[in-house]
Amino acid sequence: MLKSKHKWFGLITVVMFMTLILSACGNETALTKQNEYKQVKDKQEMIWGVKADTRLFGLMNIKTGKVEGFDVDMAKEITKRIAPNAKPVFVQVTSQTRIPLLKNGNIQAIIATMTGTPERAKIVDFSKPYFNAGQSLLVVKGSKIKSVKDLNHKGITVLGTVGSNSVLNIKKVAPNARVLQLQDYAQALTALKSGQGDALTTDNGILYGMSEQNPNTRVVGGTFTKEPYSVAIDKKQTELKRAINKAIDEIHHDGTYDRLVKKWFSNVPGFDWRTLLND
Amino acid sequence: MINILTTHWSDFVHGFGITLLASIIALIISMILGTGFAILEVLPNKFVNLVARIYIEIFRNIPLLVVTMFFYVVVTQFIKMNGLVAGTIGLSLYTSAFIAETVRAGILSVDKGQMEGARANGLTYWQAMRIIILPQAFKIVIPPLGNQFINLVKNSSILAFVAGFDLMYQGNEIASTTFDTIDTYILVGVFYLIITLPLSYYMRYLEHKLA
Repeated sequence: MLKSKHKWFGLITVVMFMTLILSACGNETALTKQNEYKQVKDKQEMIWGVKADTRLFGLMNIKTGKVEGFDVDMAKEITKRIAPNAKPVFVQVTSQTRIPLLKNGNIQAIIATMTGTPERAKIVDFSKPYFNAGQSLLVVKGSKIKSVKDLNHKGITVLGTVGSNSVLNIKKVAPNARVLQLQDYAQALTALKSGQGDALTTDNGILYGMSEQNPNTRVVGGTFTKEPYSVAIDKKQTELKRAINKAIDEIHHDGTYDRLVKKWFSNVPGFDWRTLLND
Repeated sequence: MINILTTHWSDFVHGFGITLLASIIALIISMILGTGFAILEVLPNKFVNLVARIYIEIFRNIPLLVVTMFFYVVVTQFIKMNGLVAGTIGLSLYTSAFIAETVRAGILSVDKGQMEGARANGLTYWQAMRIIILPQAFKIVIPPLGNQFINLVKNSSILAFVAGFDLMYQGNEIASTTFDTIDTYILVGVFYLIITLPLSYYMRYLEHKLA
């Protein structure tokens, strides 16, 4: 009896120590924050978090070993305008890792198909939007579905991924449609192609990438929600935020933006890339 | 936890019903197929043995998810079927391979003299199989057969992957909308127990009664 009590004491002490150490770690990183804008100027490099698995935005080119995409080109242009000689450095992030990596200082800015939502804005700061993202629809070529209005009928099946915001949106917009939630985008696309559903819904950016890879699919109806992508930086980096906003403005004004949009989105079949330019 | 149960009661009940339905249908189909292929395996005909062998090895050695996805995305292009149908077919074929092996073991464990005695008394091969061999074989394999049934109910969660609206699918949806992941999956577990525990005890009862 006594022995087992000792064991419990030991366990509790260990757990308490671990909690203490872990919480101490958290404090330390929060204290060592510096002016990232000055860092970029001084070190002549800017560290970006980009996606490496998203077609058209940030995708690893296996031949060159470099990440390529619209986000990556935007990051290069922004870096050039903040410090003309600075070198952009790219770190691969995912939706789960990008905010932690930014908060602990591994990266200085995120440009990774990230929408500036109010919940996220509590933890990080967002620049002005740089891409007019929103929810859209992907259908098989020749489908009678032309826009989200055609979905709100009995017998229409919409495909999405489990737990995504887009699925909740479609249930509000088209309450009569049947919604099937699949495990991931690849499965949802397979289900669309094999006729298990009439339309696939998620962000337009992801759908453009799917459509470019699968020429017999089309993105239709434009966007029916507004979820524009922004650059994310850490809180209290006002100088860096101002510089990024200024750079985005310049990119729009001097025609670089049009060039980049044309470069990445003019190959999407049946899609007029010019619609991305007017907000 | 009570909160989740009350607000999503209809989702849980719907999912429970689909899981129960898919399990019962798959159980009946896999029992028939399994017994059939078990008999084909022990028939004194090399070619028939080979056919049964190929069927069993294919469905026993391919993951259930692959079999189900094959029906959901490939077969559906020729014969339209939704996630529930594709999942139930996948589940039936997969489980039938295991049941066939179980029943075959039962048939082989019945003493050879039983068949010889039955034939000597004028019964045909099929009569002997049906009246003498199979009843004894099933009695022997009730415990492993019970395992297969319970596995079948649990494997029915495969329907969640092909949007079959079963218990697991509803659980995933509730968890991802309420963010109360732990409570939701505990409840899903409890609903599965409502099916599997009585099944488990019934098989135990059968075992005692028949032994």
